[in-house]
Amino acid sequence: MRRIGAGLAAPLLALGLWQALVVLTALPPFILPGPGRVASSLWANAPLLWEQAQFTAVNLLSGLAAGVALGVATALNLALSPGARLLLRPMLIFAQAVPVFALAPVLTLWLGYGAASKVVIVMLVVYFPVTSAFFDGLMRLPSPLADLAQLMRATPLRRLLLLQVPHALPALGSGLRLAVVYAPFAVVIGEWVGSSRGLGYLMLMANGRGQTDLMFAALVVLVAQSLILFALLEAIAARWGRAV
Amino acid sequence: MTGVQLQGDLWIGGAPLIRGLALGFAAGRWSCLLGPSGVGKSTIARLIAGLPGPYRLEGALATADGQSLAGRVAMLAQEPQLLPWADLVQNVTIGARLRGVRPDIARARALLGEVGLAGMEARHPAALSGGQRQRVALARVLIEECPVVVLDEPFSALDTVTRLAMQDLAARLLRGRTVILITHDPLEAVRLADQGWLLGRGGAEPLDLPASPTPRDFRAADTLAAQARLLARLHDQSLKTDRKEPCHAPH
Repeated sequence: MRRIGAGLAAPLLALGLWQALVVLTALPPFILPGPGRVASSLWANAPLLWEQAQFTAVNLLSGLAAGVALGVATALNLALSPGARLLLRPMLIFAQAVPVFALAPVLTLWLGYGAASKVVIVMLVVYFPVTSAFFDGLMRLPSPLADLAQLMRATPLRRLLLLQVPHALPALGSGLRLAVVYAPFAVVIGEWVGSSRGLGYLMLMANGRGQTDLMFAALVVLVAQSLILFALLEAIAARWGRAV
Repeated sequence: MTGVQLQGDLWIGGAPLIRGLALGFAAGRWSCLLGPSGVGKSTIARLIAGLPGPYRLEGALATADGQSLAGRVAMLAQEPQLLPWADLVQNVTIGARLRGVRPDIARARALLGEVGLAGMEARHPAALSGGQRQRVALARVLIEECPVVVLDEPFSALDTVTRLAMQDLAARLLRGRTVILITHDPLEAVRLADQGWLLGRGGAEPLDLPASPTPRDFRAADTLAAQARLLARLHDQSLKTDRKEPCHAPH
């Protein structure tokens, strides 16, 4: 009970400050709507928000899944093959220096205004932190365990699967945490650059029409999505932690 | 079973570590390398076990039967190298699983019983004491059935009473194998070794050990006398080194 109370204190304080700012500055609602106005907009536009949120969530999850799968596969491949390390690692470092958000217009040009361009942007943004965190974990097998593998004449694949992967799971967890933080940014940027659906598109439209309360309502839904995603990841990580 | 011979000079980087080694580890017996830290004991352990390191041997490591040591050496180190995410049976069978061979679960359970961990098979290493973890590592050595076993300071991290119990257990379960025991503890050397050497900068000198069977009683007069003699030799050696070390002036 006390913990729930402590958890509520910060959001309530933030809402209070927000309302105070609105009252004190007397800004018009199309510049800064108060929390009450945003809440009523949330309620009034619930069907619209729900529909757009679904589009965004599907793209977010698909891109996340594709990026994580590709990142995990790349890291495993790099860990297993010195040849792949030689070829791919410089490319990875170079690719990491390219701001993926800057590619959003090109991706929209290539893949169109539909879901594909958003999924690919999310995938690219997720791919690098997952790959590099997991790969680092895989390569940091403590030397006693490396000795064990050598003494037991482990095959490279079994050394990877039985020793390196379990040891690298916490590192993969940190990569996933970063991925889950970046992915909602990426999906919104994809929708800003070119889309006819989704929460990002809705925010852009509402902003253009002076419906600032609707824009804030869409933002609230987006934040809720991110928080749910983060909570899901934490639940999975806690489960792993118990298994370990 | 097979004996192992180690001859030559051992180098670390560009500097000699020990010169003029001529060690013959007798087949089916316990041989001990006693010496202070930093003298190169663990390097010799890694060399025999075939583990990588910055060392270089100018000489030969040979077996009496002429076959390679690769895959025939098991090792028990001070750090038990257990997998924190695996239960005890999985830990004991890790060798078979790493080689892609069917693990013998029944044998693993039997060996866990032999080392005194019956009923704890489903536990994880974090739930064990230091001595119990070394018991798991010992069961993992036993299941490999290697003719040569290297024990590198295996019980150094344990308290005295636990150490004595582990010495008795290891002596019983590893009887008949070619065991190379690395230690800095004179009592451990005297209790367990059939033969041994004192390692120093100058090389290896044989140890004089009691004739009684191992594991020797730590209360017996001949055990204690031998321990006192070894301690005195280690002490003399360290005094000589201390006198030499600060002085690097040209002769």
